Amino acid sequence: MSDSSDVVVQLQNICKRFPGVQALRDVSVTIERGKVHALIGENGAGKSTLMKILAGLYRPEEGRIFLQGQEVVFKDARQALEMGISTIYQELLLCPNLTVAENIFLGREPTNGPFLSREVYARCQHELDRIGFTELRPTASVADLTVAQRQMVEIAKALALDSAVIIMDEPTSSLTPAEVQHLFKTIRQLKQQGKAIIFISHRIDEIFEIADHVTVLRDGELVGSRPIREVTYDDVVRMMVNRELAVSLSQRYEGREGEVLLEARDLTRAGAFENVSFTLRRGEVLGFAGLIGAGRTEVMRAIFGIDRLDSGQILVAGKEVTVQSPQQAIRLGLGMATEDRKDDGLFSALNVRENMTIAQLGLSSLTDALGFVRRDKEVEVTNRYVQSMDIRTPSIATPVISLSGGNQQKVILSRWLMTEPKVLILDEPTRGIDVGAKAEIHHLIRQLALEGHGVIVVSSELPELLAVSDHILVMREGLVTAHLTTADTNQEEIMIYATIKPSERTN
Amino acid sequence: MSLPTPAPAPKGPATAAGERAAGATKPRSRIPFERLSRLGVLLAFIFFVAVFSIASPRFLTVDNFINVSRQISSNFIIACAMTFVIITAGIDLSVGSLVALSGVLMAGLTVNLGLPWPLGIVLTLIILAGVGSITGLAVSRQKLQPFVVTLAMMTAARGLALAYTNSEPIFITDKTVLAIGNGYIGPFPVPVVIALLVMVLAYIVLNRTKLGRYVFAVGGNEEAARISGINVANIKLFVYALSAALSALAGVIIAARLYSGNPTAGNGTELDVIAAVVIGGTSLFGGVGSIGGTLLGAFIVGIISNGLTIVNVPYYWQLVAKGLVIYVAMMIDKQTRGIREK
Repeated sequence: MSDSSDVVVQLQNICKRFPGVQALRDVSVTIERGKVHALIGENGAGKSTLMKILAGLYRPEEGRIFLQGQEVVFKDARQALEMGISTIYQELLLCPNLTVAENIFLGREPTNGPFLSREVYARCQHELDRIGFTELRPTASVADLTVAQRQMVEIAKALALDSAVIIMDEPTSSLTPAEVQHLFKTIRQLKQQGKAIIFISHRIDEIFEIADHVTVLRDGELVGSRPIREVTYDDVVRMMVNRELAVSLSQRYEGREGEVLLEARDLTRAGAFENVSFTLRRGEVLGFAGLIGAGRTEVMRAIFGIDRLDSGQILVAGKEVTVQSPQQAIRLGLGMATEDRKDDGLFSALNVRENMTIAQLGLSSLTDALGFVRRDKEVEVTNRYVQSMDIRTPSIATPVISLSGGNQQKVILSRWLMTEPKVLILDEPTRGIDVGAKAEIHHLIRQLALEGHGVIVVSSELPELLAVSDHILVMREGLVTAHLTTADTNQEEIMIYATIKPSERTN
Repeated sequence: MSLPTPAPAPKGPATAAGERAAGATKPRSRIPFERLSRLGVLLAFIFFVAVFSIASPRFLTVDNFINVSRQISSNFIIACAMTFVIITAGIDLSVGSLVALSGVLMAGLTVNLGLPWPLGIVLTLIILAGVGSITGLAVSRQKLQPFVVTLAMMTAARGLALAYTNSEPIFITDKTVLAIGNGYIGPFPVPVVIALLVMVLAYIVLNRTKLGRYVFAVGGNEEAARISGINVANIKLFVYALSAALSALAGVIIAARLYSGNPTAGNGTELDVIAAVVIGGTSLFGGVGSIGGTLLGAFIVGIISNGLTIVNVPYYWQLVAKGLVIYVAMMIDKQTRGIREK
């Protein structure tokens, strides 16, 4: 530990219990000014709970919090904010219907007697100039901003409050690589200004890029807290999961070659993608690489009958089909886990069992002749999947929304596996889930291929695609720019096809 | 240090994301699509005026304009408050029943109890604001669905009005009170003048005060509002109290106009009021809305009834026409919302 005058926050022996769970056990962390302190751990490790305690949302049962050497007890979030602790939540908390300035000054609007003052725009501009966010316009509507720009607004809000500590909860989870770099630039600038930044992330590589110090939590306990220079990537993974992750991703399908399960010929949807062709064989994992907006998701949605195709043919098991609805796609033996779990995957009001069997109900094996759901069968099959997929849930009647991201994703995967699809389309299957669950899902994808399924994986993480796919299709601005064999390619080559126009490519 | 521009490279060709990014460079607009949908309302308004003007020479006259203004004034007063409620993503179905309750209460206080009329009216407004606060408390503190709470209040208030009067109207004879519904100030009917005052106040509060800003914030993102230190519950309490108080003001005007406090007054008013607000571009999802839009919406609802009556369309078909207009307004709202989000 360095000079004690640099210490901004000290959390001492924090304990927090929730009904049935010991969320935090005797955790102590020291945060210094001018440093980026990474806080990592699997979902459920307690990092969010710890940060919510620091942000004044929860009160610990035991332990003490010191701010600039003074012991503090926060009444509520407002008080923590006023004392200089700002939190930038993952689901950015902005009012999309208000302007940038209105959001930054929300709750402390400058007024002119009883009226709001137009001065807010000038003051906001001043504030933005001071912190160097010159491209944010105070008068722009937040609804019109990109996710990265909205994050900037949140950061500006924290800085306008002159917060000493800025907590960022998985700030990079919905940013493009370029946007992540911009964020890191901002974070480095905040460091220079002497702010203490607590950076919560799942992405270990990011932590090595930006953090000065890393604290690892597991099952509510502190596993270690060390300067980043003293640890390796593998150290961090080991601290996080405490179990061997080595799964064999190299095993390949050895059944009959050549049986085409799904073929796409010149699929076109105006404004989204053009002339997309590919084949998917039994036992094959086909990866789709490309930047966000390259049209990969749109292709999958069209194949699965969610969106309409303008032209092109889809062949399932060699026969041409027209897929006009997901219902039809399911009957044809397709399954699709969509990109956005919360928006188009989960039924947040329903429990684990109901979420898992929803697609299967339509295929009738869980219902009797009159259409009544056979509850005993439903329970049995759900339990089987909970066990085989190692879904960590208190019971199958638990609301799905209370599960961690990784377990939610496993529920969705179970939903589709239940329908026994020949072809499974997985769009960003590991987005926002932790290292352990991610490895399990990678393993599962390979296992499905070994069992003779065809799997399509759309992912923005190249290491993931390289790990699980047999072939990789690269898309750029709606066009297929390359069809690669995984064994013969690498990240750099894929990035070139994903980002650079053919005419501008050298070599 | 520079801020990420909307990163044009990763976006697909001609995707909506690109359009959104382009929108970000436009200065000073609360929300571009809001203006678009308001433009749609304005066009609809002009369209109806044009059609009825062609259909009947009696439509586009000063007399008829004043007539329509008076017809819509009481609903518009309520619609101003309803705009606040709907911007917080709430709804108030009880306004029609509160019109009846306030009318009979005012009549009861001034006629049966013999209170001086200014006191009777002020008491009515205060008591009704209290009734609205009950709704507001149920929504904000007990966190019940506004739709259900106000449905309950709608039923209960109607029942109270009927019970209090034994379902008989209470006749009003005081000339000053009757003037509130039937008099003129210069060439303007008194209800129109009151409605104009309410409109100006509502506009100022909504657009120029913290309170108005917080109404938008609560509807835009309740959690963000709470974390920014806004007392969300109080804002919700306020909008329902306001809704009831302005319903009472409209109820007093209607009672005066009808020469009686009538327990069946205001039947179905909530539907016309909500229609006016929604046609005016206020989103039922909350966070978006304007008094100007509501004014246009109220006029559209008003001139449809008025114009169709002038050209002798039976009342039943007027209802069908009104339904169609609400449907079209919702379509415009969805289309323009689509421009923003997809």
